[in-house]
Amino acid sequence: MDVRKDFPILKRKIHGKELVYLDNAATTQKPQVVLDAERDYYTNHNANIHRGVYVLSEEATNLYEKAHEKASHFINADFQEVVFTRNTTESLNLLAYSYSVWDLQKGDEIVLSRLEHHSNLVPWQQLAQLKGVTVKFIELENDGSLDMESAKKLIGKKTKIVSIAHMSNALGTINDVRELGKMAHSVNAVMIVDGAQSVPHFSVDVKKLDCDFLAFSAHKMYGPTGMGCLYGKKDLLENMKPFLYGGEMIREVSYEHTRFNDLPWKFEAGTSNIAGAIGLGAAVDYVSSLGMESIEEYEKELLMYGTKKLSAIPGLTLIGTSKKKGGIISFDMKGIPPHDMASILDADGICVRAGHHCAMPLMNHLGIHGTCRASFGIYNTKKEIDRLAESIEKAKKIFKV
Amino acid sequence: MTIEQMYMENIMDHFKSPRNYGKLDKPTITHHDNNPLCGDELTFQLIIHEGKVSDVKFMGHGCAISQASASMLTEKIKGVSVEDVKKLTKEDIFEMLGIPLSPVRMKCALLSLQVLTAGVAKYSYQL
Repeated sequence: MDVRKDFPILKRKIHGKELVYLDNAATTQKPQVVLDAERDYYTNHNANIHRGVYVLSEEATNLYEKAHEKASHFINADFQEVVFTRNTTESLNLLAYSYSVWDLQKGDEIVLSRLEHHSNLVPWQQLAQLKGVTVKFIELENDGSLDMESAKKLIGKKTKIVSIAHMSNALGTINDVRELGKMAHSVNAVMIVDGAQSVPHFSVDVKKLDCDFLAFSAHKMYGPTGMGCLYGKKDLLENMKPFLYGGEMIREVSYEHTRFNDLPWKFEAGTSNIAGAIGLGAAVDYVSSLGMESIEEYEKELLMYGTKKLSAIPGLTLIGTSKKKGGIISFDMKGIPPHDMASILDADGICVRAGHHCAMPLMNHLGIHGTCRASFGIYNTKKEIDRLAESIEKAKKIFKV
Repeated sequence: MTIEQMYMENIMDHFKSPRNYGKLDKPTITHHDNNPLCGDELTFQLIIHEGKVSDVKFMGHGCAISQASASMLTEKIKGVSVEDVKKLTKEDIFEMLGIPLSPVRMKCALLSLQVLTAGVAKYSYQL
């Protein structure tokens, strides 16, 4: 993909070497159009939204609502069905509070999987302790994919929520959330999809997936940090209590009572991250102009090339080898702890992630302390993967393995 | 600094053949902690006899820097008085390692001292 010129940071040298950024599952770099969109808002249109009757406020409101339109259109949702949050984590916490705290009873069950990110585990675990509900975990196959037989067994009459990562941030596995959604719906449970890793990398259509909720973050799709989305089916969002209370989310307030605002504003208390929303809108425009299908195809090519290249290195084990995978390669190099590997790669200007990838239970389950993870984005190249492989060889020399 | 300077021969030697690795019978002090960033884990065990560290062992896993640092520190404190162990500083650890470290990797290097001093403090408090 001819996009490297769009990302100013890629011109940087790290330790005198060209930057190779392979930590896209953590956060992606930002294209100039996203930087410009935020700067333009602050430079030319800055005002608070939805209240002012003056020109600047109308412009800011218009830009903010346009961002809402873009985000909802991007996942094929209606305008009222997408709420802006800080990130995926906040979106999932919103559900734990606004949906679950009120609706779950003692004895109910929540079904997750063994590979969830802490953000799709800890809120449910804490909620379970509060409400006396049980959290169950869908087992994994050896290749890091979900054991669908285990899912069938676990999703039953008591299940009220099934919440699963669309794509694993630690292993790259793409889960069949549509099928899991069918299982959830067959027992009248809701299906929540953690789309943090999927939405930026392939086309996600909430109507096709038929999920009830979908959470994702802007910063993993070339947009700004501090900006996320929660999609929810309209009737579900309408019947939920607000998450945060305050300004903007109200229609009418007396000293005794409050009538809440319409969707999606009911869930957007306080002054929003207006610049962030505008940045997200610009990011959506940017990836849409490239085409989600092209992005998926290009990253698949990188994944195939990288998998072949790295698995040829003696002593290197790939962690997560599901047939259905996104552009993430988690690996273990025998005799080199992941953080030492990452330090040695850093010395060559290569950014990878080392550790448990916010999935400590998964690492314990797999019997490992952590992995090194290279995760791809649209600006990565095969040449960069070659540099990664060369640098891994260098680490082997230093560690004499 | 080059990366080869960080993984100097003596660091790699301590990482690959850690000194005083294992468990002690009836230790006076046992203390464990981890560095959530790297997933480094260390347990230090000490026997204190007449105010001195008469024996010390450690166990753990994690990056080469954290493990080499622990190994070297056990050698450094054997036979040393508890009072002197308490006086150890970050700078002593950096000097002991003798390698350039980035701020993030300093945390790896200092986990050993952190576990040791917390263990010793706990012991002194109980006296």
